[in-house]
Amino acid sequence: MTYVSAPPPPPRRWTRSRLAGNGLMLFWLAAGLALAYFLVAQYDAEFYARYTPKFFNGFLVTLQIVSLSLIIGAAVSLPIVFGRTSRNPFAAVPAYSFVYFFRGTPLIAQTFLVYYGAGSFRNELDAVGLWWFFREAYYCVIFTFSLNTAAYQAEILRGAIRNVPKGQREAGQSLGLSRWAIFRKIILPQALIIALRPYGNEVVLMVKGSAIASIVTVFDLMGETRRAFSRTFDFQTYIWAAIIYLVVVEVLRRVWDMLEARLTRHLKRITEAASPDEETPTQHQPDEPPKIEIALPR
Amino acid sequence: MDEALTLLSFGDQGWGDEIAHGVFITISLALATLPFGLIIGFFIALAKKSEEPSLKRAAEIYTTIFRGLPELLTLFIVFFGAQILIRQIALVFVDKPQIEINSFVAGMVALSLVFSSYASEAFLSAFRAIPEGQYEGGSAVGLTRVQTMRLIILPQLIRLTLPALSNLWLVLLKDTALVSVIGLSDILRQTGIAARVTKEAFLFFGTACLLYLLLAVASSVVLAGIEKWANRGEAPR
Repeated sequence: MTYVSAPPPPPRRWTRSRLAGNGLMLFWLAAGLALAYFLVAQYDAEFYARYTPKFFNGFLVTLQIVSLSLIIGAAVSLPIVFGRTSRNPFAAVPAYSFVYFFRGTPLIAQTFLVYYGAGSFRNELDAVGLWWFFREAYYCVIFTFSLNTAAYQAEILRGAIRNVPKGQREAGQSLGLSRWAIFRKIILPQALIIALRPYGNEVVLMVKGSAIASIVTVFDLMGETRRAFSRTFDFQTYIWAAIIYLVVVEVLRRVWDMLEARLTRHLKRITEAASPDEETPTQHQPDEPPKIEIALPR
Repeated sequence: MDEALTLLSFGDQGWGDEIAHGVFITISLALATLPFGLIIGFFIALAKKSEEPSLKRAAEIYTTIFRGLPELLTLFIVFFGAQILIRQIALVFVDKPQIEINSFVAGMVALSLVFSSYASEAFLSAFRAIPEGQYEGGSAVGLTRVQTMRLIILPQLIRLTLPALSNLWLVLLKDTALVSVIGLSDILRQTGIAARVTKEAFLFFGTACLLYLLLAVASSVVLAGIEKWANRGEAPR
């Protein structure tokens, strides 16, 4: 048994894609540096002292709108899922229309319809004592966003429930469980795991969609940004807003990935863990090429 | 009811013709965005599946930015940012430049950025579904890389991405409504003007929603046709 060193890897060639990639990375770097330079050059202590708390408040309002809408939407989506999966047309048709309407029209049009459209029914709403609710842009936005996300969440949940194998339900039936117990203890937990990823997407979409609230005078992060820009005509307001939104979305995505990995860890197969007989005989140093064992003929 | 019909009628009395023009603008904006979004998205997907790490990284930065930003914010950044940028450049040549960015173009650029970053994901997953043997087969019969892409991969890619792209088209159609905020006279803006003038907000915004629904239904029909055409070579199930 003799050891010979493998030849060093050939130098990487400057292929066209490598040139393009390096060029594009250089472009991003230049863009990032230009942005940083812009922010530094425009630095104005007064601007930051004045608008940092406002941006923070706007950020909190955005979080509030998103979390409230998502929670209310989740609650509203349950009856819609029952309607969508029901065989009774009196339940199925309205549920289907609800979902079709909210998924088929732009969120901004829905918001306008509720916020401005409520004014058309002012007397009626006054009579039932709901005018205080529809008078406030904030409530209207929560109302619209909740219904909107309810439609999307209903479709997510319905798809997930359909993806749970039929045998699961049959097994529950053969054990004599009631339909409700089968749904709650067998179907729903498995469906929620399937739905985890689309739910994460929905959360991100909601964060992005919530910027629309700013158009009906709600001062969320986007609203504060627009107000600050209209007063100062300082473009860095938009840049800061972009940075904040990007960070929020990225953090949400990462957290969701971790959450998913944690919740589905019982479904993962163990990858070929280091089994004792596969130990590598040579510990190669990082700076020298790995030794390859070749049985040379004698 | 009669009153509502009068308001929606065409001619002097009603807002029908204004709204119809809005529908035309909405459709043209979406159709004008589509080719740019598709082409950019395709190249971004190519970059993402490349073996060159720097190219991959650059493409990932692109999608991270434009998928993470709210569409509305992208639109504002393009609209105001381009305005400021062009003014700065024009200041070199002219004393007091009068610059107005066309809201249609700004909308097209912003929506193309958003659409292409989502489309690249659709293309990428379709690329992954095409087995390596298809490329090898292409080079085995002596095709160049471009020919392999055009004659072997692309036809399969179209079929595989169509469902995802159909979805993205419907999203794009809805996203055009945002461009009304920067003054494009699309469906939402025209109905908004009508609502303000006539004080019949519910009627007009309801009409806007119905028009968007109608567009979605019409697109679904067309897309179903395209899908059938793309799958014509598949064995019937």
